[in-house]
Amino acid sequence: MIEISHVNKWYSPTFQVLTDCTTSVTKGEVVVVCGPSGSGKSTLIKCVNALEPFQSGDISVDGTKVNDPKTNLPKLRSRVGMVFQHFELFPHLKIIDNLCLAQEKVLGRAHDNSVTKGMQLLERVGLKEQAQKFPAQLSGGQQQRVAIARALAMDPIVMLFDEPTSALDPEMVSEVLDVMVDLAREGMTMMVVTHEMGFARKVANRVIFMDRGEIVEDAPKDDFFGKPRSDRAQKFLSKILSH
Amino acid sequence: MFSNFDFGVIIRALPYLFYEGMTFTLMLTGLAAFGGLVFGTAIALMRLSGYKVLGRIAGVYVDFMRSLPLVLVIFWFYFLVPYIGQWLTGASRPISVGAFASSLITFIMFEAAYFSEIMRAGIQSISRGQPAAASALGLTYAQTMRYVVLPQAFRNMLPVLITQTIVLFQDTSLVYVLSITDFLGAASKVAQRDGRLVEMYLFAAIVYFTISCIASFGVRRLQARIAIIR
Repeated sequence: MIEISHVNKWYSPTFQVLTDCTTSVTKGEVVVVCGPSGSGKSTLIKCVNALEPFQSGDISVDGTKVNDPKTNLPKLRSRVGMVFQHFELFPHLKIIDNLCLAQEKVLGRAHDNSVTKGMQLLERVGLKEQAQKFPAQLSGGQQQRVAIARALAMDPIVMLFDEPTSALDPEMVSEVLDVMVDLAREGMTMMVVTHEMGFARKVANRVIFMDRGEIVEDAPKDDFFGKPRSDRAQKFLSKILSH
Repeated sequence: MFSNFDFGVIIRALPYLFYEGMTFTLMLTGLAAFGGLVFGTAIALMRLSGYKVLGRIAGVYVDFMRSLPLVLVIFWFYFLVPYIGQWLTGASRPISVGAFASSLITFIMFEAAYFSEIMRAGIQSISRGQPAAASALGLTYAQTMRYVVLPQAFRNMLPVLITQTIVLFQDTSLVYVLSITDFLGAASKVAQRDGRLVEMYLFAAIVYFTISCIASFGVRRLQARIAIIR
């Protein structure tokens, strides 16, 4: 589903953020990307739907090459759901309109259909009553669940999560993770940048560990948590799991 | 103090002042604000487009317009454009451009420079995550601007935009250099015809003051109504 091969990215000639990253996500797989901050994990996931450009290497999603100038990026992105650290709901639109905008303008759905679809998804994330409110009237956890519903409204073939719980108060983390766990169990293909190792343990198929722009470890979940091969991954795990 | 004032002059001149003068002033203000906003948004988008050449052209334009006194631009435009038109079209005589058209174009061009800076600030005030989220949903650049960035930028900037329009409303009185009968021009004509300068200019001042004040008050009401809940 997602093929990432030998991706290099530089912010400036002397500052390389991604070094020779190669990995893949197959259909129905849940891959968790973790690593210390500044390791390039958010940058890598943003390269997948071309929100960040990269200078060399290839990424393809469902057979479509992301870095090909001929690729219709809006069309590709409409099939790749993305959830951001800071939710990024559109503050001037009501919750339901947040869910309808792209359905109507990108997929060309009729307003009634997109509202129906939107309400179904809001019900699924437990926020049907909030449909007529504005984003700022919701808590962080609720906003992030709306953001997930907004991405799902496009019927994506894969979902990307960029630290979806990092900006949340601790008591709101689980409500968002619950939605993500359900999604994973339903067979959604997911690439998730997160520090939530509990989530990784529960639903991940594979865990990728990144450090200083490199993919240091790319292993099945049990191998990763059982006996990480690299020192850096061991150190990282001991730091975040000891608390 | 007011014993030898003749306020009857004002009453008698009211139809002329408002039907002729104020209609013109409001029309010029409205059209110039609208044109300036459209043109100004385009300039702001050019400056933010990331294309160096486009941004440079827009930047030079804005700096140029903002470095000249408005009266001078109105004056120059009125007297130069016929010749530029003649030169461009190769006509044998200077092209006649009406005073209204000439002043309207001048105001649009001038206001566009100011509006574009307001819009630029407004667009830049939207966090980068917003356009990123919009493109991640598959919206094109134009759709992102139209449905996500500009509606928020407009709301943020509306108070400043309207305040600038109030300034524009006052600035339209500068068309007196072209002997156009705007509100102030009409008042001035009556004043000189009847020899009642103090009364007429006092009245004109009160009218400008009242309208601008009401508009400012309206801005605050409007702002409270349309502000994005944060």
